[in-house]
Amino acid sequence: MKDLLSSRNNEYAIDETDRGKEKFYLASQWQLIWWKFKKHKLAVFGGIILLILYFSAIFCEFLSPYTINTRFENYMNLPPTKIHFIDENGRLQRPFIYKINQTLDINTFRYIIKEDKTKKIYVHFFTRGERYKLLGIIQTDLHLFGTEGSPVFLFGTDTLGRDLFTRCIYGARISLSIGLVGVFLSFVIGLILGGVSGYYGGNIDNLIQRSIDFLISIPNIPLWMALSAALPRNWPVIKTYFTITIILSLVGWCGLARVVRGKLLSLREEEFALAARLAGASEWRIITRHLLPSFTSHLIVSITLSIPSMILGETALSFLGLGMQPPAISWGVLLQDAQKIESISVYPWRLIPAVFVIVTVFAFNFLGDGLRDAADPYAR
Amino acid sequence: MLNYIIRRLLMFIPLLLILSIVSFVIIQLPPGDMLTTYIMRLKMSGVQISEEEISRLTSLYGLDKPLYIQYLKWIGNLLRGNLGYSFLWGRTVNEILAARLPLTIFISILTTIFVWAIALPIGIYSALHQYSVFDYIFTSIGFVGLSVPGFLLALILMWFFYNQFGINITGLFSSQFVNASWSLAKVLDMLKHIWLPLIIIGMSGTAGLIRTMRANLLDEIRKQYVITARAKGLTEKIVIFKYPVRIAINPLISTIGWMLAGIFSGEALVSIVLNIQTVGPVLLQATLGQDMYLAGSITMILSTLTIIGTLISDILLAWLDPRIRYGEVGK
Repeated sequence: MKDLLSSRNNEYAIDETDRGKEKFYLASQWQLIWWKFKKHKLAVFGGIILLILYFSAIFCEFLSPYTINTRFENYMNLPPTKIHFIDENGRLQRPFIYKINQTLDINTFRYIIKEDKTKKIYVHFFTRGERYKLLGIIQTDLHLFGTEGSPVFLFGTDTLGRDLFTRCIYGARISLSIGLVGVFLSFVIGLILGGVSGYYGGNIDNLIQRSIDFLISIPNIPLWMALSAALPRNWPVIKTYFTITIILSLVGWCGLARVVRGKLLSLREEEFALAARLAGASEWRIITRHLLPSFTSHLIVSITLSIPSMILGETALSFLGLGMQPPAISWGVLLQDAQKIESISVYPWRLIPAVFVIVTVFAFNFLGDGLRDAADPYAR
Repeated sequence: MLNYIIRRLLMFIPLLLILSIVSFVIIQLPPGDMLTTYIMRLKMSGVQISEEEISRLTSLYGLDKPLYIQYLKWIGNLLRGNLGYSFLWGRTVNEILAARLPLTIFISILTTIFVWAIALPIGIYSALHQYSVFDYIFTSIGFVGLSVPGFLLALILMWFFYNQFGINITGLFSSQFVNASWSLAKVLDMLKHIWLPLIIIGMSGTAGLIRTMRANLLDEIRKQYVITARAKGLTEKIVIFKYPVRIAINPLISTIGWMLAGIFSGEALVSIVLNIQTVGPVLLQATLGQDMYLAGSITMILSTLTIIGTLISDILLAWLDPRIRYGEVGK
């Protein structure tokens, strides 16, 4: 904005700023929001990270060299494989790994991992591997990368010799989608209850507001834990998934309902709402056609900012063994292996899923922050 | 003032009632009644349970009666201070919690104090020096605090301290004090260990509080009365601390309740990770073993504590802000 309006000493300046102004006045609200959002570098960065994460979740079979249940019995609890770019002569090469040899140390009963510098194995890209169905439709065996001779484990392996990188990427499916599904559910409940509360006011409003006060005064982790205790451990994955989503949304809708109510309360007194009412529009029409669109951007912000707490909720529950159960995998389930100090001091790479969680939460918070600044493009 | 407090106390009762219903629903949620599960489990492990014991437990919880009678029995026991029986531990819930609840409350109160003591000065500083280097640093740290959940931070720190310094940060006591009875040495030992859990649990609360305090104070110091005060020649200290800071703090006091809920949540998770003997780990075991009386009681107690916290914060707010004492009462 500022640079559009500040006049320059250039003789074309007036012309330029006028054109800028015209562009500014003609732009739709969404265009203005987009312009303002683009200026927020961190938010754009967060958005890009999230796009990458969600895309890798969708195409996880292609991106990962193996499948979740591929076991390498000879490579249990292996640290991340080192990818080399420079060979023994100091020359730059395409990425390769050395063959890994394990020997058991009789004294400590620990495996000693050694790279066999004589056996160089190149990392192949777009290579053939295990068969899978891309997006559940296309049969293929193409993987982004892979090796022949000795397997490559970017993040190491677990106790059963399964590739942690593969499992992290597959785990993103549940971890990332539960945020979206959960927020969608909270959004529907929040929109309805918040809308009713804000539009009708009176006793209903009071009742709903007290319920919200009550719900947010219960510490949510203990509540979630107690509720998910009732989940039978042998339920099918999809059933557990949706039940957990519902448990998480049980508290999640409160914040959204508050935003909706607050906005409705202030907007219904606005003149355009009065005008619509005088013109004989029905209540439903006023709400859906006039009031809702004017705070959609604010809703998007609150939605973005409430996704992380959903993801964290699922991670915490699964981490404790109360949420998703293996063989289903999410980042929380993967972190179950990293609960004890004995485990992470010896196998620190088991903490890698935590990095994914933290990066995701950061990205959502950055994005949400940028969106919040952009949501009201007419401010200031 | 007294009027206000009485009104708040009266509102406390229906809340507790609803809370007890919610807790009871939680207790009833798992399929099958717990006594049968308990007897099954005992039989599987080869322990014989006498008929008298079964009938005693059945009548104690009214398990042969309809649900609402079970509820009434449960709440009756609750009011008499009897929280039920943990089938998993084979002890009464009172016994189990007696040792752990005080520690939970102690850590939570300490965390709350810590959060306020850290966040307020930083928030005030950030607002008064907006866009300064330290403001940026504090805002960034605050952002990290909001984004990194306590239990993951605890995991990472656990690994970091062990890896770098060979220190195990789990537990609240050095090994020689774990089973020792309370003494001055044990308290001192605890204080040596407690600061890290405190920071981890309080981090997100601190970050949130810094943010709100900064925003509130920024709004306030732009107002005209501040300009007037300054124009009248008051010293900067009085200008800032006499009014804007006090007004900026008021809305924060009303959020103590939510903050407490967050602290209890964080405390439970972090305690599980760091193996601190509070109610958190018990709750986990109870939920994993579907020991519902224990799980329900803990949920009930923690929620009640939060609501008491809200109550205290409301009274505190009324005491600090006469507008609420007089104006809002009539509303």
